[in-house]
Amino acid sequence: MAEFPKIVSADPKGVLTGRHFMDGDHALAEGALAAGCRFFAGYPITPSTETAERFAERCPEVGGLFIQMEDEIASITANVGAVWGGKKVMTVTSGPGFSLMMETFGLAAMMEVPMVIADVQRGGPSTGLPTLTAQQDMMQVRWGSHGDYRIIALVPDSPQECFDLAVEAFNLSEIYRVPVFIMTDETVGHMHEKVVIPPAEEIKVVERNWYTGPKEEYRPYKFDGKHGAPMVKAGDGYRFHSTGLTHDERGYPALTAEDNKKLLTHLIQKIDNNADKIIRVEESGLEDADIVVVSYGITSRIAIRAVQVAREQGLKVGFLRLITVWPFCENKIRELAGRVKAIVVPELNYGQIVLEVERAAAGKCKVISVNSCGGAVHDPEEILTAIMEGAK
Amino acid sequence: MSDLSPTPEYSLDDKDFREQNPMAEFLRMERMPHIWCPGCGIGTVVTSFAEAIKAGGYDMDKIAVVSGIGCTGRVAGYVKFDSFHTTHGRAIPFATGLKLANPELKVVVISGDGDLTSIGGNHLIHAARRNMDMTVICVNNFTYGMTGGQVTPTTPTSANASTTPYGNTEPAFSLPFLVDAAGATYVARWTSLHARNITKSIGEAMKHRGFSFIEVISPCTTLYQRRNRLGDGVSAMEYYREDGEIQHGADTRTVDIGYQGKIAMGKFVDRPRDTYLDAVVKHLTSVIGDDYELYGKTPMEKKAEEEARKSAAGKGESADICEDGC
Repeated sequence: MAEFPKIVSADPKGVLTGRHFMDGDHALAEGALAAGCRFFAGYPITPSTETAERFAERCPEVGGLFIQMEDEIASITANVGAVWGGKKVMTVTSGPGFSLMMETFGLAAMMEVPMVIADVQRGGPSTGLPTLTAQQDMMQVRWGSHGDYRIIALVPDSPQECFDLAVEAFNLSEIYRVPVFIMTDETVGHMHEKVVIPPAEEIKVVERNWYTGPKEEYRPYKFDGKHGAPMVKAGDGYRFHSTGLTHDERGYPALTAEDNKKLLTHLIQKIDNNADKIIRVEESGLEDADIVVVSYGITSRIAIRAVQVAREQGLKVGFLRLITVWPFCENKIRELAGRVKAIVVPELNYGQIVLEVERAAAGKCKVISVNSCGGAVHDPEEILTAIMEGAK
Repeated sequence: MSDLSPTPEYSLDDKDFREQNPMAEFLRMERMPHIWCPGCGIGTVVTSFAEAIKAGGYDMDKIAVVSGIGCTGRVAGYVKFDSFHTTHGRAIPFATGLKLANPELKVVVISGDGDLTSIGGNHLIHAARRNMDMTVICVNNFTYGMTGGQVTPTTPTSANASTTPYGNTEPAFSLPFLVDAAGATYVARWTSLHARNITKSIGEAMKHRGFSFIEVISPCTTLYQRRNRLGDGVSAMEYYREDGEIQHGADTRTVDIGYQGKIAMGKFVDRPRDTYLDAVVKHLTSVIGDDYELYGKTPMEKKAEEEARKSAAGKGESADICEDGC
């Protein structure tokens, strides 16, 4: 049995080691390059375009390829094709482009291709607020493509984390053969901060789980509910088939309810059963908290100010930042709901992840949504007011 | 065995059928029988494709077939190559990514008129514009077969379809003109009656560097033929024989097909132009210099290769000495 997952040091060619003053969009591109991404098919859309531009500029230096496709549908589909051509791939987009890519996210989940997609969120619906921030695609990323499936979504709160989570997103996608999303936003995307890129040998990268056994025994899929089968690339002589139709482990169409059950159970379980391994959160002051603020991405940087002020006023306020939003940390929320008075959920949408919090809390504590229509980050006052309400 | 010996008898035994079928090398026989109707032309295209590969002496491990959705979209599932059955209309961008990620592949897109020219029309013209190195075979049966006979962008004006029950009022795309104008560097058209010509064109197209496009006019007996009272598959063959006209090198502005009208066939376009990847590599090498290497090797790989070369060279030297000296 081959070593799995196979973790190696990053290829130094793609690693821009050093201390940089860099925006989140550029940091995403650098993280992808460090993780070994060498193919990027993209389409420009505000506020994500800088990632594509950065990749286009850096690609020749690292021996990669950037292509601007004719639309977002083409760019995401070309990326799926490029995975089967053997590459690590990434694309980046925002609201309208994200909507256009939805069908192919389903194909990527169905074909179990490892790939990374960043959504630099802006205000919507429709063309909405192209240059202003939001976190309105948090449910769309989870449920947007038709049918039942699972994905992983990470949310960075800073340019530094854009870099770090890009590397992690690639690693998770290779382990679970699943599309992994980086749900950043316009503010983090355009915010310049210090980004430290470590030396290549300190960046741990998961290599693709290449198949090495006998050709005749190769199966492109394994419905084990763990992480799926090792992969090959087109041209390696395996002459395999992959389809968006419901299929068996050979990749051949298999169109019965029973076949769909085997496939779907695997797609769902490989994420659900590994949720504890996948989920990352940042927490502080949860031990004796009466009130907990649950937030993610840029909103958590506003929320932490409100938490500080509330603590100064003598309230026991815990802070929980979701780095992984999908799969959702429901066990954590369930445990907290059993012992705190209230959970406060600020987010830059009209109440999306708060629904998950309510589901996990199951009425055991108050859940207070601090929603927003997007376009600007919260004022810490709004969150503080909600904390005070929770403390009553 | 003389040429006059009787045809060997094939038993109807399932296993024999799968193993002895002359197409067994090219098809996933375990997936037979296929879903296509009697009289359909898609099988002819698949056979011609296999014949072209046989004649061309290709390394079959380096051929990849990509299809979209629909009756022709099922081709990818039956051919014994690396093959991908993608989403509706997206075979070409999928193939683009596949080819660019692994340039040693020969990538062939086989799909239908609805898939390639309606929902996938944008991708078709942009792949042609870029001269993306791939062969696109469009089986044009003037209808959406899988969904039950709806009108497509190639349905001739006045023809009946399930969504134009009073007759089609829209003009049709002339596909050779469309892809020629968009920049395709090899364009041919045949009907499914002209199997040997299709084979020859596929062979040429696969050897051609750049975006090659072959349209094959093909009968949908179950839907288009029946709905328009055009008879069965044999009637379609008769129409193709009567009204198919070979016009190699024809100006593509003149090759549109009216309802049951003349079908201009042949190789219309064959011209050299840098492929997308050739242009990228050439340009980046000129701008950046010889350091540029598409998908350049990692330092670790280079080191390993260097060591392998040294050790091979060491063996080679000793072999040379032996040959010379012994």
